[in-house]
Amino acid sequence: MKTYIALLVMGILTSNFVLARFLGICPFLGVSRKQDTAVGMGLAVTGVMTLAAAIAHPFNVLLGKIGLEYLQTTVFILIIASLVQILEIIIKRFIKSLYSAFGIFLPLITTNCAVLGIVIINAQSGYNFPQSVVSSLGAGLGFLLAIFMFSVVRSKINEAHVPPSFRGMPITLVAASIVSLSFMGFTGIAQGLGLA
Amino acid sequence: MANENTPKVGALGTLTNGFVKENPVLRLVLGTCPTLAVSTSMVSAIGMGIATIMVLILSNTIISLFKRIIPSKVRIPAYIVVISSMVTVVSMLVKAFVPVIYEALGVYLPLITVNCIILGRAESFASKNSVILSALDGLGMGIGFLAALFSISFLREFVGSGTLLNNFTSLVPFLGENALGGFNGLDVASFFAQNTNLEPVKLLILPAGGFLIYGFIMALVNRMNHKKGKPSVTMGCEGCNACEKEAK
Repeated sequence: MKTYIALLVMGILTSNFVLARFLGICPFLGVSRKQDTAVGMGLAVTGVMTLAAAIAHPFNVLLGKIGLEYLQTTVFILIIASLVQILEIIIKRFIKSLYSAFGIFLPLITTNCAVLGIVIINAQSGYNFPQSVVSSLGAGLGFLLAIFMFSVVRSKINEAHVPPSFRGMPITLVAASIVSLSFMGFTGIAQGLGLA
Repeated sequence: MANENTPKVGALGTLTNGFVKENPVLRLVLGTCPTLAVSTSMVSAIGMGIATIMVLILSNTIISLFKRIIPSKVRIPAYIVVISSMVTVVSMLVKAFVPVIYEALGVYLPLITVNCIILGRAESFASKNSVILSALDGLGMGIGFLAALFSISFLREFVGSGTLLNNFTSLVPFLGENALGGFNGLDVASFFAQNTNLEPVKLLILPAGGFLIYGFIMALVNRMNHKKGKPSVTMGCEGCNACEKEAK
C-alpha cells in the first residue's frame, strides 16, 4: 500500500511530469489558455496514460520473454497510436457527450511525450502491473494539476502589462518557471512521509 | 512553413535554413521537452543534439526515399514507425559508444521519437523533396537544434553550476583518456570563489531555471524579430499537432 501512495505522491507532487520532468510541455504551453480546455486536455491525458500503461505492460513482459527489449520504443508508440485511434472511434460512436467534450484532444495525444514517457519509465523502473497503473495515474493527475494551475496563472497574465519582447511565449515560460518553483516546495515530501 | 512557399532554395539554402531562419527551438518552438530537460549540462546537451541530428538525417532520408510508396492516409503512423526505428538504432549506438551519455539522457533518448521537430520535418519537408535535399534539411535543422541547446546549456551550466563542458571526456570516451590533453571541462566556480564572493546560482540547473532561461532567450529572439519588423515567436507544431488546435 505504501508503495502505491508513494508512487501517487511522486507523480502528482515531487516529480511532477510537466514541472520537474519536462514531459508534455507542448500541450502544457499550447492548450492552457482557457481553464475548461486545460481541464479537458488534462483529463484526456490522464485517461490515455493510465490505459496505455495497462495495455503496454503485458506487451513489455512479452518482449522481455522473447528477448526483443530493444523494440520497446517502436512497440509502445504503436500501442499508443492505435489506442488513441480506437478510443476516438469508440467514444465517437457510443458516448456523444464525452466526444464533444474530449474528442478534439484525443488526436493530439499520440505525439504527447508524456504518454510515451510514462510507458518507458514504467518499463525502465521494472514496475509490475498495479505499480505501472498507479504510477501512470499519478503522473496523469500531476499533469492535470499542473495544466489547470497554469491556466489560472495565464488568465492573470492576460490582464498584466507585459513588455513587448516578452509578450506571448516568453512570459508564458517565465510564469511556468515560477509555477515550477512553487512545486519545488514539495521536494522531500515523499521521504518526509517515510514513503520513498 | 516557408519551404512550401519558396519552391527552389538550393542545397545550401536548405542546409542553412534551420540554423537561424527557421531555428526549430527558438523560432518554431518545437522540441521543448528535450531542450528543457537535458540543458542542465553542456555535455548532455551536445549528446542529445548529436543524437537528434543522426535521427533527423536518417529519418528524413528514409521517408524521402519511400515518399511515393507510403499512402497518404497512413503516412503519420508510417513516419512514426520509421522514426522510432531510427531512434532505436541511434540509442543502441549511443549505449555502445558513449555509455555515460546514455545514462545521462535516460528516458529522453527514446523520447526523441515524439520530438515534434522530427515528425514536423518528415511531414513538411521530406515527404515533398528529394533524398539529398531532405538529408541536408535534416542536418541543417539538427544543427539549429544543437546550437540552441548549446547556448541554453552554456548559460545554465555556467551560471548554475559554475562549470563549462564539465565531464567532457564522457562525450568522447573512444578517443582515450588523454586525447584532448586531459581536458575535462573548466571549473569556473573555484576561480570566482578565490577572487570574488560570487557563487553559482543553483536555481538555473533546477527545472524552474530551465523555463526561465528559455523564456529570456525567446524574449531576446522576439526583440531581434521586432527590430526587423517580424512578428513574435508563436508555437507552430506542423505535423505534431499537439498544440494550437484548442480553438476549434
